[in-house]
Amino acid sequence: MPYTLEPDQGFDLDIESTEYLKDHVQGADRWVLNFGPQHPATHTTLRLVLELDGERVARCTPHIGYLHSGFEKLGEHHDYNQYVCTVSRMDYVSPILNDVAWHHCVEGLFGIDLTPRAKVLRTIMSELGRIMNHLLCVGAAALDLGAFTGFLYGFNEREHLYDIMEYVSGQRYHPDWTRVGGAWRDLPDDEVFKRMVKNLLHERLPRAIGDLENLLNRNRIFVDRLRGVGCITAEDAISWGLSGPVARASGVRRDVRKDKPYLCFQDNWDGEGAEAVRFSVPVSTEGDCFSRYLVRVEELKQSMAIVEQLIDRIPPGPLNVLDDSKAILPQHGDVYGSIEGVIQLFELKMHNRGWDTPIGETYDCVESPNGELGFYIVSDGGRCAWRAATRPPCFLNYSVFEKLVEGHQLADVPAIIGSLNIIAAELDR
Amino acid sequence: MSAKPVLDHPSLPFVKEAFPDVGLKASEFRGMTTLVVPREKLHEVARFLRDSPECGYDFLSHVLGVDYLDYPVETPGRFAVVYLLASSRHDTRLTIKTFLDPSVDTSGIDFDPELEVDSVTDIWPGAEWPERETFDMYGIRFRNHPDMRRILTWRDFPGHPLRKDYPLRGRGEREHYKTLGRESR
Repeated sequence: MPYTLEPDQGFDLDIESTEYLKDHVQGADRWVLNFGPQHPATHTTLRLVLELDGERVARCTPHIGYLHSGFEKLGEHHDYNQYVCTVSRMDYVSPILNDVAWHHCVEGLFGIDLTPRAKVLRTIMSELGRIMNHLLCVGAAALDLGAFTGFLYGFNEREHLYDIMEYVSGQRYHPDWTRVGGAWRDLPDDEVFKRMVKNLLHERLPRAIGDLENLLNRNRIFVDRLRGVGCITAEDAISWGLSGPVARASGVRRDVRKDKPYLCFQDNWDGEGAEAVRFSVPVSTEGDCFSRYLVRVEELKQSMAIVEQLIDRIPPGPLNVLDDSKAILPQHGDVYGSIEGVIQLFELKMHNRGWDTPIGETYDCVESPNGELGFYIVSDGGRCAWRAATRPPCFLNYSVFEKLVEGHQLADVPAIIGSLNIIAAELDR
Repeated sequence: MSAKPVLDHPSLPFVKEAFPDVGLKASEFRGMTTLVVPREKLHEVARFLRDSPECGYDFLSHVLGVDYLDYPVETPGRFAVVYLLASSRHDTRLTIKTFLDPSVDTSGIDFDPELEVDSVTDIWPGAEWPERETFDMYGIRFRNHPDMRRILTWRDFPGHPLRKDYPLRGRGEREHYKTLGRESR
């Protein structure tokens, strides 16, 4: 038996030093299986070329790019407000977090500090986005192993999150809600928003998460299929650039919300000495698929606690920073009711106008459900970014995939893909 | 415009001491410090940044390319490769950057010895895919990379799409894509 499945020995198998697996396909026992790009277990369009030895994966070559649509090229031709609609389509499981990430980085470049109300609302929305993503990922982890019920428990509650997104932004799925210096509109009614979020937090989510945990945590099939599968050590996780729940499941204590705090994760976010929101960062040391599942479930609860702390503290006052400045889009009422409003709208929207931006380069990042989501923006002083490079967490997390599956059974491949939560739209952009 | 940059990044003195005559340059903007390294020294500096206990940049966040064709500010070269580093030990971040100038026509996909950088995959194995993406998008090759292939576009793609001289709507690759029939191999 040349294989070991011990969690604490780095990657499960080192192809180069395993005599048995050294050569490519030859002989009758070795065969090649083309997995994807259209396959239900790949969720979207991933393609794997698996060299199998019986049912064991001897070598795996991922081919990506089937969903490549040139987002970064578009980012160089769309202005800082327009590009949010494209960014939103990257991690389409939690689109609101992409919006927040993009405009967080743009505001870092412009040097804009948001109003307290915008910070609180963005924090609440991004934590709701995280809940949205983890619910799907945890549910899909069960689905990939054949437990359809778990998937429905998770997906059902996402419907109510869509309702909140729709109420806030006007769009159910892709909110495209943020704008430079704030958001495109304020909440229609604070009380209704609070009621919707509290209903979700107190009535729906605890029950759904409880159901999921009861179904899966001690489920013999689920645990046996995930424990000890797809292991990676903390050192490897760091040097391979992994972040988010995948890295934290290996014992890497990194979370952008703590390391490089932003929005309400920062102390004194309202300018009057408010404390940062309190939450803990769940970490596991096993580094296998099961601990990734556990870390995600715990993060769901932490996100709920963060929203709980903020939902009654939404400060009154303006949402957009410097309502009279020339940096933000005017309210609709001003556009239709005053000449200044029309001028300001045209100044920002016409092709030969736009922002007078600083010339420079910045990198900023936020903690997305999959890890560090950042944008490296090069500005030439014009209305569009010169270069809007993404740091997609999925891309880095997936690059380690071939190391994770080699040596495992074919049936473990969907389980490992599910535990990494690969979103092909973000992977390929 | 913003105030004069403050170069108070804690890692800079150590790098300066270890590489005295290399011609390193540093800049700061909005709290982000960028270290510009000559192409030949990039690998050495990167290894120093990871291995020396005072720096300890064990996390390579991303590798990306930038094309400065007709950029309003003069740059030392047309292309740049940017490495975003983070240190778990000291909780600091640093950006290193190297500039390249092409020697052959950039509208094609011909091999250009000037657009070649030493790969850092032996220092941070996670650089493998980001470097492949940089090659795919900008045609910058990485020496000693284990698997220098295109990653997002297909193998025979006749361009490097994120270069500034590549048009936004492409050069008709999609319209003129070869149709494969059942007989053609």
